[in-house]
Amino acid sequence: MKKNIFKFGSLAAFALAFSIGLTSCGGGNGSANGSDSASSSNEAITGAGSSFDNPLFSKMFAVYHDSAKVEVNYQSVGSGAGISQLTGKTVDFGASDAPMNGKQDTAAGATVLHIPVTAGAVVVAYNLPEVKDTLKFTPEVLANIFLGKITKWNDPAIAAANPGVKLPATAILVAHRSDGSGTTAIFTSFLDKVSPEWHTKVGTSSSVNWPAGVGGKGNEGVAGVVKQTPGGIGYTELAYAIQNNIAYGKVQNKAGNFIVPTIESVTAAANINIPADGKIWISNTDAADGYPISGFSWVLLYQEQGYGNRSQEQAAQLVNLINWMIHNGQQYGAALHYAPLSAAAVSVGEALLKSATYKGQPILK
Amino acid sequence: MEQTMSANGFVNLQETTIARKTKQVNRSNNHIKGEKIFKGLLNFAGLLLILVVCGILITLVWQSLPALRSLGLRFFWTDTWNPVTNVFGALPFLLGTLITSFLALIISIPFSIAVAILLGEYFPKGGFSNFMRSTIDLIAAVPSVIFGFWGFFVLVPLVRIFEIKIGVSPNGLGLFSSALVLAIMIIPYAASLGTTMIKMVPSALKEGAYALGATRWEVLRSVILPYSKSGLFAGILLSLGRAIGETMAVTMVIGNSNDLPKSIFSTGNTMASVIANEFGAATDHVYISALVEMGLFLFLVTFVINWIGKAVIKRFSKNG
Repeated sequence: MKKNIFKFGSLAAFALAFSIGLTSCGGGNGSANGSDSASSSNEAITGAGSSFDNPLFSKMFAVYHDSAKVEVNYQSVGSGAGISQLTGKTVDFGASDAPMNGKQDTAAGATVLHIPVTAGAVVVAYNLPEVKDTLKFTPEVLANIFLGKITKWNDPAIAAANPGVKLPATAILVAHRSDGSGTTAIFTSFLDKVSPEWHTKVGTSSSVNWPAGVGGKGNEGVAGVVKQTPGGIGYTELAYAIQNNIAYGKVQNKAGNFIVPTIESVTAAANINIPADGKIWISNTDAADGYPISGFSWVLLYQEQGYGNRSQEQAAQLVNLINWMIHNGQQYGAALHYAPLSAAAVSVGEALLKSATYKGQPILK
Repeated sequence: MEQTMSANGFVNLQETTIARKTKQVNRSNNHIKGEKIFKGLLNFAGLLLILVVCGILITLVWQSLPALRSLGLRFFWTDTWNPVTNVFGALPFLLGTLITSFLALIISIPFSIAVAILLGEYFPKGGFSNFMRSTIDLIAAVPSVIFGFWGFFVLVPLVRIFEIKIGVSPNGLGLFSSALVLAIMIIPYAASLGTTMIKMVPSALKEGAYALGATRWEVLRSVILPYSKSGLFAGILLSLGRAIGETMAVTMVIGNSNDLPKSIFSTGNTMASVIANEFGAATDHVYISALVEMGLFLFLVTFVINWIGKAVIKRFSKNG
């Protein structure tokens, strides 16, 4: 009996020691990897942020790796996390679907450049099996639907925008994102601009206090609710709606035109006067042929690259990468349903990149 | 000659005895050392666990200080959750968590106890029993996101049809759907612990009851259930804990609206699912802190429910 206990004891001790050894070994491996990537960071550029950008970035970085032999590691952790990782200086660049706000600027401590890298659109998807025509939405109608004030599809306001379309008396079920998302930020920035009531009651952010409807997790959650519920209405990314054959409506822009969301109409929306710092919500665009619920996605980097123990080579590699992304890299967007940058956006991005410095000296000549 | 032989033999014998004794001494020295090491390791493992729990608690309290400072205790009983204006109240989510988990518990109890009795008493062994047990274990092993998918694509449309029939707003999504999904997910926990407990009822007691002329139902009701009730209750408590903390499956079918639930068919949200949904995009430090505070709140709710449960078990076992 005692012998058994002893055996069991030694066995347990061995097992514990083994597992401790294993974990410490794992830890050792991890740190070895870490130092590995740090020492070879001459080659690898690291970035983190927007999950919206991830499919495009994966394609871009794969191509860039083949042509320029520079490896880029991108973590798709979400815009907010990307900004805090850049601010924590654990990555070389961040990516975000919303410009940094005042508090984030303060946390960053130094100027962070916002380079527009692609543009996306948010479509209004709906489920009305009886209606064959593409529905038209005015900004007021959209705001009132998402405020919960229009509750039936045959509401006079919807009918007025859609002459000749026979609308059913189905109840409207609003679906929105339950998780914080750049898609929500673009959509609410549009509603915020077009509806004073939305502005005072709800506002704009990556997650808001929705006055009506149900929340679905991710594009697929919202699209699922809309697909399942006759009378459902929701918003998803353009790329998601195209890939999944979801019916979506035309939205009236500032010029009064009803615009179908396409890659071209999104690029057109971004072809406006862009401020020199690149930080602009292009939703409710002035462009006459632009789709109004569009938004930029930005690559973020510190203007002064000579921080920490960064080498000049690292800084040059990063700036060259981003320069490639806003020029040659743009050709890979369309196939993935990302809108290529407008000429105006490219020239602003270029000017911003030229202002990046290493210890006071410009990097890009 | 013979004498020397015997003397030699004697000496040999003595030597072996001494050798064996030293071996024994050595062995028991090793033995004691081994036990000490083993005991040390056990203490270390136990202590580490306590440290980790305390560490989590301290982190949660520390990180929720900014929200506590800016919102005060309003957080716990107000019902507005507005990330734009940084006003946070957790009441709708507290209610959502409690309603879904207790509703799930009520739905699951008849099934889990029935399964426990079936497998513990009626079919303790055999092919059917093995098949049934592995099926139940499988339910426990299915990742919760799969329950979420299934709930979203299969259960929610069915619930919607049901809601149209009884004339409430046909969302499909909502507290009721979440409770149904949760109920299925938590059955295995109460059922398997209950099975073990029912099997542990001494056969002498049962045979005694049968010998006195009791029917199977009477034995079940007056011998087996009273004897195993603390175990059954512990199993139910375990499943409640699982229901409270479940995140993924719930967030996919609950509708995620931040209003106070009006009925069990309305949409709502739970504490765990709000944290999971909003943590990734929370950038403002008060917002993050409010989410951490929600985590702390969830931690405390779980702790209180566990504590009440343990007290109830204690009372049960004293009476039993």
